[in-house]
Amino acid sequence: MTVADALLVALGVVAVGSGALVVTSKHLVRAGLYLVISLGAIAGLYLVLGAELVAWVQVLVYVGAVVVLLLFAVMLTRAPIGASDDLDRPAWPALLVGGGVGLGLAALLADAFRWAIYPLPEAGTAGRMGEQIFGTWVLPFEVISILLLSALVGAIVLSRPDIKGRGE
Amino acid sequence: MPLWLDLAVRVVAVVLGFLVLPLVVGQTEHKVMAHMQSRLGPMYAGAFHGWAQLIADGVKFVQKEDITPRAADGTVFRLAPLVALFPYLLVFLALPLGPGGLVAQAMDIGLFFVLAVLGVGVVAVLMSAWASANKYSLLGGLRGAAQLLGYELPLVLAAASVAMAAGTLSLPGIVEAWRPWWLLWQLPAAIVFFIAGVAEIRRPPFDMPIADSELVFGYMTEYTGLRFAFFLLAEYVGIVVISALTTILFLGGWHGPFAEHLGWLWTLAKTFAVAFVIIWMRVTFPRLREDQLQRLCWLVLVPVALGQLVLTAVVKVLT
Repeated sequence: MTVADALLVALGVVAVGSGALVVTSKHLVRAGLYLVISLGAIAGLYLVLGAELVAWVQVLVYVGAVVVLLLFAVMLTRAPIGASDDLDRPAWPALLVGGGVGLGLAALLADAFRWAIYPLPEAGTAGRMGEQIFGTWVLPFEVISILLLSALVGAIVLSRPDIKGRGE
Repeated sequence: MPLWLDLAVRVVAVVLGFLVLPLVVGQTEHKVMAHMQSRLGPMYAGAFHGWAQLIADGVKFVQKEDITPRAADGTVFRLAPLVALFPYLLVFLALPLGPGGLVAQAMDIGLFFVLAVLGVGVVAVLMSAWASANKYSLLGGLRGAAQLLGYELPLVLAAASVAMAAGTLSLPGIVEAWRPWWLLWQLPAAIVFFIAGVAEIRRPPFDMPIADSELVFGYMTEYTGLRFAFFLLAEYVGIVVISALTTILFLGGWHGPFAEHLGWLWTLAKTFAVAFVIIWMRVTFPRLREDQLQRLCWLVLVPVALGQLVLTAVVKVLT
């Protein structure tokens, strides 16, 4: 087992463990903080795999913005210190769906690759990512950006009561 | 040089810079503010013009009792100052001091790394604000999070403009590509980056999250002793980091006469000049109101940064 393997396993354990804590913790804000650890560990996994840019995008977008927005919203509405006992949490269906998907994916991957060893592709540098996104994948990239833009416009329209439809 | 020695020298240099530069900035702030306000400032500690004032402060902070409020969430409360400080230590790794690889860790995407790691600081603000179990802390933290999230956008856009102009994300690479006429070409981006950077480290006039006349001391209200000192240290390291980044991205880093040998001196001199301006702003401007703060960000800085991106692209395509 190489250093990279050990790091992968360790970071994977951290990611899965803190992910489990996110859904089992009864402390609302702490659950959000566990999510920070989990997403940070996933960024670490990307780093070990040589995808430097993706790793730091993960940190910038998920740790620095998405989770922060989530925590922000929780703190604005309800964020008691200590355990909340009245959380509505359907444990068994969640375990069934989550565990089922996890096991299914694991079985699928194990079946598809069967311990075959593939050489790592060249490192995911910014230059290579740029060439891929704006070369090969430029059409999906643009479609997704239009989707996000229309979602943004929709959110603005929905959240502003002073914008009325034509029929009203 | 063997690998371990090379590594040790780099780590020691980064830690030394991390500990010494903020103190120098802090002492400068004491003296500069005092003289701008017709005072003398610290005069006794260390005998000569109070040069050891911050060391004396540090000794005082260590002696103070470390209090965790009874209603607080202890673990998160105690962890927050470290989370505030650690990203800045990482950022120090990527800041180039001089030509010829005078940087702790040369990174292909150094600029992106720096911006991503700086973004983690907002988690510390929310952690300390919530875990203190104090309404002033929480208010300060919410203001802080709104401010940091908003100002991150112009900061990243302005940095992207330089990266586009230089054609690289590596910080030494950007300094290498820098030419004096960029001072004019990238001027709007430089101003946007500097203002957004000062807002990112919550320095006056952007200290709404702390606002001592309304919120006691914002998200730091409940902190005492060493943990409070960590927050203060984070603020001064923040000044160093933002000044250094402004220098590296917009003021040409080590470029100057005799850059071959005195490059590091140029970087440091420019960094301290920018830090002086940050101190100067603190003494000059009153604190912005919350709505003014957000308006400045979304209605002035973001459009200017976007316009700069267009300008950069046009010039880049034409030349």
